[in-house]
Amino acid sequence: MKNVHELVEKNTGLMAILILVVISFGALVEISPLMFQRQTTEPVEGLKPYTALQLEGRDIYIREGCVGCHSQMIRPFRSETERYGHYSVAGETVWEHPFLWGSKRTGPDLARVGGRYSDEWHRVHLTDPRAVVPESNMPAFPWLAENTLDGKLTAKKMEVFRDFGVPYTDEDIAGAQAAVKGKTEMEALIAYLQSLGTALK
Amino acid sequence: MSSFWSIWVSVITLGTILGCFLLLRWCLKNKTGVEEGDDMHHEFDGIVEINNPLPRWWTIMFYATIVWGVIYLALYPGLGNFAGLLGWESSNQNIRSLAESKQAHAEDLANGNLNEYSRSIAAAEERFGPIFEAYAKRSVEDLATDPEALKVGQRLFLQNCSQCHGSDARGQRGFPNLTDNDWLYGGSPAQIKETLRNGRIAAMPAWIDSLGEQGVKEVVAYALSLSGRKVDPVLAEAGESRFAMCAACHGQDGKGNYAFGAPNLTDNIWLYGGSEMAVTETVTHGRNGVMPAWKDILGENKIHLVTAYVYSLSQEQ
Repeated sequence: MKNVHELVEKNTGLMAILILVVISFGALVEISPLMFQRQTTEPVEGLKPYTALQLEGRDIYIREGCVGCHSQMIRPFRSETERYGHYSVAGETVWEHPFLWGSKRTGPDLARVGGRYSDEWHRVHLTDPRAVVPESNMPAFPWLAENTLDGKLTAKKMEVFRDFGVPYTDEDIAGAQAAVKGKTEMEALIAYLQSLGTALK
Repeated sequence: MSSFWSIWVSVITLGTILGCFLLLRWCLKNKTGVEEGDDMHHEFDGIVEINNPLPRWWTIMFYATIVWGVIYLALYPGLGNFAGLLGWESSNQNIRSLAESKQAHAEDLANGNLNEYSRSIAAAEERFGPIFEAYAKRSVEDLATDPEALKVGQRLFLQNCSQCHGSDARGQRGFPNLTDNDWLYGGSPAQIKETLRNGRIAAMPAWIDSLGEQGVKEVVAYALSLSGRKVDPVLAEAGESRFAMCAACHGQDGKGNYAFGAPNLTDNIWLYGGSEMAVTETVTHGRNGVMPAWKDILGENKIHLVTAYVYSLSQEQ
């Protein structure tokens, strides 16, 4: 054949494969080195795996779509660090699967919300945000106080996380169900929120 | 980044750019065996394909992006460990603790080798530092009469404190009003500052187990009577005899104790509501109001100004 280019023009399957090859060069450069860097694979000092209750709270955070309005990524800008605290670093999220950095910043960043407010404030705020912040447009989540956890899958979740490299011990996993059973989703979510960003504070 | 990964990134990146260039050159060649502008003998519905080269504007743009990419990679970090000719850096990402972050920033300052973030911090420090320093040297009482200082304090308050205490600082159920000169932990500048710095944790225990329902009822009646509320005198009298337990924190006269953050029960100001139901709830289940610690978030100088602002709020009356 005189015209090799015609092969690609007339064969969409081959075209698709070649496109994938081209894109994979991007991944080879952008992604693969990160899997071997100290700063993206080693936890910061003082990083602790989520407790069973915090882990359940994190799942509620995901379920309720909090990440759709709240980022967990303080960028290295003074305007952000003045308000939220030290900028986020990769070592804080090495045990996050998936990470919840988010990118939609309708509400405030939550990367370091842990310890910023009292548990009671969170309870009032999640039940009725306008009760504490009149100008807030956050939805209310009153059902969190009514739903209780049975903890049936908590141990399983922790095992999966352990397979990903989160250092859970056998005792952590054995005591997982007992640690969350009967607790409300509200308690779990607050426990999770209060843990955020406290490793680098 | 180890030198392996540095080479890995550089070779693939530059190789891709070279590849793009070669691909473009190759595609610009006439490989069809038909003169440019001639019929390709491919007709459908009277529409004829002509052998036209790639549009000139398009190829120029393609070349321009290649040139742009090369220039960018020369100036800014992108090729592995090569820092770029401008030496630009966003922030210290390779830190494992706050101490390391502070140390890295101090080293950058000493070497005059500031990254983008450190530069913005240093610039702000240079501009605002002296202002805060000057305020820090003055007493809280003095600042509380300085409208400029109070404006700064109010800004900080709105940013950090209003979520609980309200933008007018009048608080709400469970979060104290800061304007009424009624204090849980004391209203002197030193006490306010201590509250801000290290936070407070209140510890009102739950009484239902030791008092029982009737006991709670009696104690509530007595507590309400302390601020002159109309209550069943029989219940209140029974409550008074049980009040010794409450007096440990709230004082024999019920006027409270700053050391425990125990509220004054005689002034008819109620943090969790003053209805019989609300007070019953408080006595039954206890209360554990928490004020977070701000010393790490705000720092000493800003706390000084917030103290002055909060102190000023109850000085007007």
